[in-house]
Amino acid sequence: MTNKIDANEVIYKAKDFASDQDVRWCPGCGDYSILAQVQRSFPDIGKKKEEIVWVSGIGCSSRFPYYMNTYGFHSIHGRAPAIATGLKVAHPELSVWVATGDGDLLSIGGNHFIHAIRRNVDINILLFNNQIYGLTKGQYSPTSEQGKVTRSTPFGSVDYPFNPASLAIGAEATFVARTIDREPKHMQEMIKRANSHKGISFVEIYQNCNIFNDGAFEAYTNKETKADTVLHLEHGKPMVFGKENEKGIRLDGMNPVVADLKSGEYSESDMWVHDEFDKMPYRAFILATMAENPDLPTPIGIFRQIERPTYDEGVQNQVDHIIEKKGRGNLEKLLFSGNTWEVN
Amino acid sequence: MTEEVRKNGKETIDVSEVTVRFAGDSGDGMQLTGTQFSNTTALVGNDLSTLPDYPAEIRAPAGTLYGVSGFQLHFSSMDIHTPGDQPDVLVAMNPAALKINLNEIKKDAIIILNTDSFNAKNYKMAGYTDNPLDDDTLSGHRVFRIPITTLTANALEGSSLTNKEIDRSKNFFALGLMYWLFNRPIEPTLEWIKSKFKNDESILDANTKVLKSGYYFGDSTEIFTTRYSVKPAKLKKGTYRNISGNEATAMGFVAAAELSGLPLFLGSYPITPASDILHYLSRYKNFGVKTFQAEDEIAGITSSIGAAFGGSLAITTTSGPGMALKSEALGLAVMTELPLVVVNVQRGGPSTGLPTKTEQADLFQAMYGRNGEGPVGIVAASTPSDCFHMAVEASRLALKFMMPVVLLTDGYIANGSEPWRVPHVEDLPEFKVTHRTEVENFNAYDRDENLTRPWAIPGTPGLEHRIGGLEKQNITGNVSYDPDNHHAMIELRAEKIKKMQKEVPDLEVRGDEKGGLLVLGWGGTYGAITEAIDKSWKEGIKVSQAHLNYLNPFPKNLGEVLHNFDQILVPEINMGQLAAMIRNYYLLPVKQFNKMRGLPFKSTDLLDKIKELVGGGDDK
Ligand code: SF4
Repeated sequence: MTNKIDANEVIYKAKDFASDQDVRWCPGCGDYSILAQVQRSFPDIGKKKEEIVWVSGIGCSSRFPYYMNTYGFHSIHGRAPAIATGLKVAHPELSVWVATGDGDLLSIGGNHFIHAIRRNVDINILLFNNQIYGLTKGQYSPTSEQGKVTRSTPFGSVDYPFNPASLAIGAEATFVARTIDREPKHMQEMIKRANSHKGISFVEIYQNCNIFNDGAFEAYTNKETKADTVLHLEHGKPMVFGKENEKGIRLDGMNPVVADLKSGEYSESDMWVHDEFDKMPYRAFILATMAENPDLPTPIGIFRQIERPTYDEGVQNQVDHIIEKKGRGNLEKLLFSGNTWEVN
Repeated sequence: MTEEVRKNGKETIDVSEVTVRFAGDSGDGMQLTGTQFSNTTALVGNDLSTLPDYPAEIRAPAGTLYGVSGFQLHFSSMDIHTPGDQPDVLVAMNPAALKINLNEIKKDAIIILNTDSFNAKNYKMAGYTDNPLDDDTLSGHRVFRIPITTLTANALEGSSLTNKEIDRSKNFFALGLMYWLFNRPIEPTLEWIKSKFKNDESILDANTKVLKSGYYFGDSTEIFTTRYSVKPAKLKKGTYRNISGNEATAMGFVAAAELSGLPLFLGSYPITPASDILHYLSRYKNFGVKTFQAEDEIAGITSSIGAAFGGSLAITTTSGPGMALKSEALGLAVMTELPLVVVNVQRGGPSTGLPTKTEQADLFQAMYGRNGEGPVGIVAASTPSDCFHMAVEASRLALKFMMPVVLLTDGYIANGSEPWRVPHVEDLPEFKVTHRTEVENFNAYDRDENLTRPWAIPGTPGLEHRIGGLEKQNITGNVSYDPDNHHAMIELRAEKIKKMQKEVPDLEVRGDEKGGLLVLGWGGTYGAITEAIDKSWKEGIKVSQAHLNYLNPFPKNLGEVLHNFDQILVPEINMGQLAAMIRNYYLLPVKQFNKMRGLPFKSTDLLDKIKELVGGGDDK
């Protein structure tokens, strides 16, 4: 829970976290920014290099572990949360991170994702959401907007997308955040906050795939538009946005609506005040769904952060408790337990 | 073989072996009755072998044929190997149980019937048009008609239990009666009832009363004039306990964790007939065992792979369909060269197949069931207690060679039980494992003399490295698409498995080491084959036996053993999977005996096949 580094421990620099492998993403890919922000924020997370493990599945994003000079496991498609769970449960002292993409986590790995959340395993999941299959060269993904024309959907995709943040909140994740590849400072902050959270931490990162889905998040990153399209969530602060903070979000019953703060009808104090520690998930869910509404800005920041005992700790406690109660098991005794008889 | 003793006006006949089958509705508690009878029988010192046989439905509609649950038990004053080909005694709690089993039992078998259940509705449901008690359906058999339900109710007269609860304790009446009939003490079961129902005194009292009245009924009724006794078997000196294959497997892993000094992690998803391994291991928390009931089979194995990367002794347990789901991840363990033990308790397939029945048709799946060239070690257990030994062996090989090892057991040996001469810890192999900590010259895919790579685990300073499912460059462990490296790595992984061979004990031959016919088996058919060989010898037939516990790699002397015989017979509960491997490896003609009935072989069927091959015995 602490960001402090022990005085007599090594102080890392960003480059200490860079491995000797050449980074092989397409030039201009949003993944470069994510790698940079992770490497920049990791000196501040208070963990030793050797305690950190990156686990990934399959996809462009899943090459991530090769580029980090920590322990790493590039596994198979969709299974990173399950591998990370096993690793964390067996060895709770490790800091376990998952790098994954929208196809990896939400399609083939959807089951592992929701169950890692359900258990509240103390791992951190960074979802590189580019709304496309990059590595297989451009098919629509479970986060692609409906009607998307891709190589596998020449006449437009028919199915509806997942909103990753609302899926995570629906499964009652204890930490849910969203950030954008083009917001380096914000992303670093989210990474550090995810690290500090005990329990599952889910960070959705809007990541531009400039080869197969260029500009998917253009509206949120373009200097001209982003003030009007992005809402920065800050705990305890009213939700305001716009170049001069001239707009705000008001809750009308269950519906978030945009309020004009210049007209005099509303003031900042009438706006919805963000409470990231709200125990109930409803408001966080409303916030998450705002991304789907073109009339509303898309929130980034921490949607929700609550405390709940973690699975890995629960398993360890149970083992410790039973050992304390029964004494450390003795193999010879176990073998000769039950009804035995002698043959002479 | 019999010796008569008269006591209380009843004679006691000594017999050397008996096969009993308890059968009733799946709600009648036959598995419990059989298990109790087995445990008591083990305690009096008989050798025994059991065959639980239950439907896949948890509570099939009462009275139906497909709802019949059975428990067969073979016990003897001699060394025995099978649950018996044909029961000498059938306890049938209802007409369906009678119908299902009548063709399976000996011609002059004792049949004990619960007459209360033979009403028109029930016998019609079992497919009888008339009451089988009233016609010649049972002729030739020694039939004892006992109103078990009524007698149970009488015993519990005035009890506060509901009629349903009273009815449910009738299996204890049958059990008590069988204890009397075969001269077994009722005390072990009384003790068991005491601890099992300690929180429900009225049930505890009822079951105690009913068990006793079943026993006394045998003593006092005139229906029975004879009881039987089976002397203790002359087993090897030692301490024994009765054990099922799944319990032995679970204990084997606890032992392997202790012997290797590693924490044990099990990732598993419930599946019949493997779930008991998960149940047992989740009890052993005081050994530091961590069990993880995963969201699916894939998470079962991948969580274990994660734990293996972290330095645990990692295992995953399943049965055929689950094994199919795990195959991609098993390939990942091959590529990342991590130690992992996968247990497949084989059941009837394909698809959902016969969940509660046995088969050994997953050898090819273990051997070849992955994309690409993905060799793994394969070992198999041959009896319930052998599961302990082979679980230790699977772990030892996986850890020593940093490769996944598949342990094949099957539904029959997993659920069946036998007396086990318990080994002392000091007699078990030691294989302490130390993880790599030395920083100098560290390479993730460096090789020692066994071609094994170093096991460097997260948390170790200076050894940070990355592994994964992409092809690795030998030594450095970096991703490599180099054509020559890929070719070399495929050969290297195959070679690693071959290196295991030096740790595999030589195959032993039972009988002459050279001769006409060798019967070569593997896994759970050991008992039936051994009994068939014993029977052949009794009839003067010359035949030898060898049994494989190591399937990949084979023992190094296997070829030599095979070449010493003119004919090789490979009996399998599949279409000939080992037979095909033998032909493939040794270019030898192999004869097959294959029966896939979801049941262990009958030794007599096998005997017939042996006779056919040797052209009959000396006795003809
Ligand atoms: S395909 Fe897209 S996501 Fe993948 S590396 Fe290239 S730009 Fe990045």
